[in-house]
Amino acid sequence: MSVTQPPVNSPDIRRLDPVLEPGHTYASVTDKIAAVVLTRPLGIGWLAGFTLAFTIVMVLFISIAWLIIKGVGVWGINIPIGWGFAIVNFVWWIGIGHAGTLISAILFLLNQKWRTSINRFAEAMTLFAVACAGLFPLIHTGRPWMAYYMFPYPSTMGIWPQFRSPLIWDVFAVSTYGTVSLVFWFIGLLPDLATLRDRAKERYQQVIYGVLSLGWRNSARHWHRYQSAYLLLAGLATPLVLSVHTVVSFDFAVAIVPGWHTTIFPPYFVAGAIYSGFAMVLTLAIPLRKAYGLEDFITMRHLDNCAKVMLATGLIVAYGYFIEFFMAFYSGNKFDVFLAEQRLHGPYSHFYFALILCNILTPQLLWFEKVRRNVLALFLMSLVINTGMWLERFVIVVISLTRDFMPSAWGRYSPTFWDYSTFVGTLGLFVMLFYLFVRGLPAIAISEMRELVAHEAHSKKDRQ
Amino acid sequence: MTEHRSQLHGVMGEFETPEQLLAAAKKARDAGYKHVDAYTPFPIEGLAQAIGFRWTAVPLITLIGGVGGGLTGFGLQYWCSAITYPLNIAGRPLNSWPAFIPVTFELTVLGASLFAVIGMLALNKLPQPYHPVFNVERFTQASTDRFFLVIEARDPKFNLAESSRFLQEHSARHVTEVKDEE
Repeated sequence: MSVTQPPVNSPDIRRLDPVLEPGHTYASVTDKIAAVVLTRPLGIGWLAGFTLAFTIVMVLFISIAWLIIKGVGVWGINIPIGWGFAIVNFVWWIGIGHAGTLISAILFLLNQKWRTSINRFAEAMTLFAVACAGLFPLIHTGRPWMAYYMFPYPSTMGIWPQFRSPLIWDVFAVSTYGTVSLVFWFIGLLPDLATLRDRAKERYQQVIYGVLSLGWRNSARHWHRYQSAYLLLAGLATPLVLSVHTVVSFDFAVAIVPGWHTTIFPPYFVAGAIYSGFAMVLTLAIPLRKAYGLEDFITMRHLDNCAKVMLATGLIVAYGYFIEFFMAFYSGNKFDVFLAEQRLHGPYSHFYFALILCNILTPQLLWFEKVRRNVLALFLMSLVINTGMWLERFVIVVISLTRDFMPSAWGRYSPTFWDYSTFVGTLGLFVMLFYLFVRGLPAIAISEMRELVAHEAHSKKDRQ
Repeated sequence: MTEHRSQLHGVMGEFETPEQLLAAAKKARDAGYKHVDAYTPFPIEGLAQAIGFRWTAVPLITLIGGVGGGLTGFGLQYWCSAITYPLNIAGRPLNSWPAFIPVTFELTVLGASLFAVIGMLALNKLPQPYHPVFNVERFTQASTDRFFLVIEARDPKFNLAESSRFLQEHSARHVTEVKDEE
């Protein structure tokens, strides 16, 4: 028990929902989470959802194949709008990933017990979102088999990457982020894979989880080194996650294009990333707890806390929008002023107003406890916020590129069928990977839940 | 070809609660046992210290990885941009170090993280598919709700009868021999 908590009988503490519903033991949490993977039969819901997602992945494959056959011209991009959907989707997906690392690393360093039951699937969400994100710049090159040109390697051509370019920083930031997220996730999984190995009844399960668990045997010496490594990884992932979206924002902010060349971009991109990431955590957590009866572990406390994080980061994002306008007019730079006017009155103004509605106005409902405790309302809100964040990236990429300095360089952008099919395809890929994850690996960190049971038992004893 | 011989790895006691295990581990240490290991379903504060394990090299390895990654990152960029492929753009400096910070930072984090993980696994001697403790049938409970203490046979003070009695005296429920089959 930390000293800052209010006394037991104070009215404050009664209003907090438990992080873990009472009555659970080490065995009951282990049984419940492991059973989802090991013994539960495949239901019609899982099969139907998986089939649908799998079909959409086929749409993605066809879209990519067509792109490779015909070239990037199948998309709606052309000079002056060379970025279009590919970069909009890249920034959107990579932002979604940020909540997973925030939950697993930053909340771990802050000793927030409520992170325990949501960190595992949030980290999985990070990995899948990074996979979807990485796909876009790769296929946007038009010749993805040449993408290795971006890495420094000794070539017969004797050329090296331009390390002063934010696009090369991006390559390093995103690939480091993907790698570190993967090892962090795997290390967290290690004791749980051993748990699954110990409980597996079928031979194939024993072999698969036995190999994956690397022979983990829960030794106290191992735990000691494990905890040391885990803490260090959390400490390393924390600045990393902040750096990734900062570098992504440099792709824009280092350019001189009006609407991009602002110093507010790094912090406001990071806040926006966490905002959309928590929205995606809720989009996934709400159906997950319902489908597998995990309401005891992912309680109203978790949903409420996620909603509060969304409200806070949403206000930072709103501040970012305000400062963009303020700086445009305060600087008096005519190109910046013109761009601000174009956002309000230009050909894409309906996107801008939809963005304000989704990202700033609707989330103000989260001030009300009634909304934060209404599961359906939260689910819908999370979808609205993710739409809003996608619109934000569209507004940033497209409005600036279509309204450059010279009227002769102005243009219009309209996405084609293949733009939409690729985007929807990555949504299918994300969902499909999540379906596989839920049935193949424990969606909640089992060993950490056992630790939580021990912690709860201790604090109960302290109170008596 | 393969010769099957079974030798004793140690004696294992099973406990119901982490408190009992922690107390027994401390007692074993006081009794002079040096080669003791404990197995628990989740990390228990103070247990590693109780079995005489304090210092771990993981932070040092991580530091080495981080410093190495950072130096590699900056060195790579300096070498590419200033030595092997210098591009003179309006006389701007070749060693434009502020522009090299993002990649240096990313490679610092990458080096430190990979060293932390690989170092932790290597120090734990993982992957290790076989270990004698897996021969005990009840040991699968170590990943659910049972807490185990093993006094290993290589301990100079080890004596099968005496060590088993020691574990029983300190509230171990089941005491089993751990066989090592080679």
